[in-house]
Amino acid sequence: MSELLLPPEHRYAKIIQEKLNEDGSELSILNLGPTHPATHGIFQNILLMDGEKILEAEPTIGYIHRAFEKIAENRPFYQITPLTDRMNYCSSPINNMGWWMTLEKLLGVEVPKRAQYLRVIVMELARITDHLICNSILGVDTGAYTGFLYVFQFREKVYEIYEEICGARLTTNMGRIGGFERDWSPEAFRKLDVFLEDFPVAWKEFENLFERNRIFIDRTVNVGPISAEKAMSYGFTGPNLRAAGVDYDVRVAHPYSSYEDFEFIVPVGKSGDTYDRFCVRNAEVWESLSIIRQALAKMPEGNEYHAEVPDYYLPPKEDVYHDMESLIYHFKIVMGEIPVPVAEIYHAVEGGNGELGFYLETDGSRTPYRLHFRRPCFIYYQGYPEMIKGALLSDAIVILSSLNVIAGELDA
Amino acid sequence: MALENTDIQDKLVGTFGESAFNFQQERDIFSFEIKADKNTAIILFLKNDPTLQFHFLTDLCGVHYPDNDENHQFAIIYHLHNWYENKRIRIKAYLNGTPEIKTISNIFLCSNWMERETYDFYGVNFIGHPQLKRILNMDEMISFPMRKEFPMEDAGRTDKDDRFFGRTTINS
Repeated sequence: MSELLLPPEHRYAKIIQEKLNEDGSELSILNLGPTHPATHGIFQNILLMDGEKILEAEPTIGYIHRAFEKIAENRPFYQITPLTDRMNYCSSPINNMGWWMTLEKLLGVEVPKRAQYLRVIVMELARITDHLICNSILGVDTGAYTGFLYVFQFREKVYEIYEEICGARLTTNMGRIGGFERDWSPEAFRKLDVFLEDFPVAWKEFENLFERNRIFIDRTVNVGPISAEKAMSYGFTGPNLRAAGVDYDVRVAHPYSSYEDFEFIVPVGKSGDTYDRFCVRNAEVWESLSIIRQALAKMPEGNEYHAEVPDYYLPPKEDVYHDMESLIYHFKIVMGEIPVPVAEIYHAVEGGNGELGFYLETDGSRTPYRLHFRRPCFIYYQGYPEMIKGALLSDAIVILSSLNVIAGELDA
Repeated sequence: MALENTDIQDKLVGTFGESAFNFQQERDIFSFEIKADKNTAIILFLKNDPTLQFHFLTDLCGVHYPDNDENHQFAIIYHLHNWYENKRIRIKAYLNGTPEIKTISNIFLCSNWMERETYDFYGVNFIGHPQLKRILNMDEMISFPMRKEFPMEDAGRTDKDDRFFGRTTINS
């Protein structure tokens, strides 16, 4: 064994010394990560291996920890949105909207129906991109590059829609308290229509490439299964939990942003293995598409895109130059002088990977007294060492990518 | 029949007496305080009782209150969720200046890392935790960075005045 990898007092070193196989072969240690291309993010797993079989794993996380919770305690509320972008960067609009909704719950702001529907559309687009990346990268990790190339351009199309809405692509910083910063342009709706036209074709093709593919099935069925009880105890939420057969979805349990207006099913799996996780995400993409169509069809007339809350919503820039009231509001909001009640709030949204919660405690000052992010990745990644116990190294890679662990959300 | 706040309150007060108190509906969530030394018993009861069934630990985090009296210096906040009745509760346990509380990682597996995170940032000692060591910060670190006295940036900097950039909580 190599002292370079582990200090001699590490418990694995002891296990290796004690345990010798009958044929005289030793156990070995493998460092998976921190920057292995197949882990799609920066986290390390020290694996204790017998040949190619994993006996134990010890994860180390925190390589991109950026102290968001500490920074948030020192920033006015508007300046915290860019931090939320950087948690699950595959679906940042969901994080943004979750944060705005937390603030709206705190401040008692009622968002107009049209803005709520627009939020639903952008959140479901984000969910599509999140699942699209996870599933297509799972394909890449099993050796199927083509499917990834078929669908990946559609993430680009979604990013163009984001760009029309807010000007940014990956870390969107989208929205305001009470709605959006500007109305969606006709171009945004046109691009959305094109996306809804083209994407289902590609997604169907993608599904056909994988769902009955012999190699893919062999690589994923019964790989990394987890029972429903275990998954709940490990705090799984989102698609990973639903793959184990539990139909918990925050959109249904505690509807926010008018999700109760839409018809959709919550797809569930059965065995909680990698294949089920893949299929649940696939099915959720179809449901998301259906929700977007429903939202477009039910969209109220008019062009209302934010609530009338001058205390919290920035006035139009032109007015700031001419109008005293607007100037005052502008100054107060930018400097974080807005009135905030003293309260403790918990608000959760269904993020790409599960329940994304915001626990916010205020003391009436310009910054949160305490802000805690319930990051689904951080919580369910604890289950990973147990899921890969007894699996092969190649399975560990596949299980990791099917869990969709996003380093930014893991470390916050 | 939906699970009412009063049911939860009656059951807890009936079983644990004064160890659970300060019950209130706070916005959309029912919350109460518990005595820190009873945390495992109360949470296990909430989980296993056939009518309460709070079987899912949503969140666990710490808060630091340096301005409070010496028995309320820290708080551990548990969010539990009953999916059958779709009911959330928040439990708060206050700790003194040398924070110690029993671990619940044998009740909920997921609390393992959440408690490690709380230890990492607040220095709360979770008694009986199987592997209480730092998780997000590096092992060599000696301070607990989420405590309020820990400065976010180098206090010696003179090139900018934080008051003008919303960087301090004190707005004076």
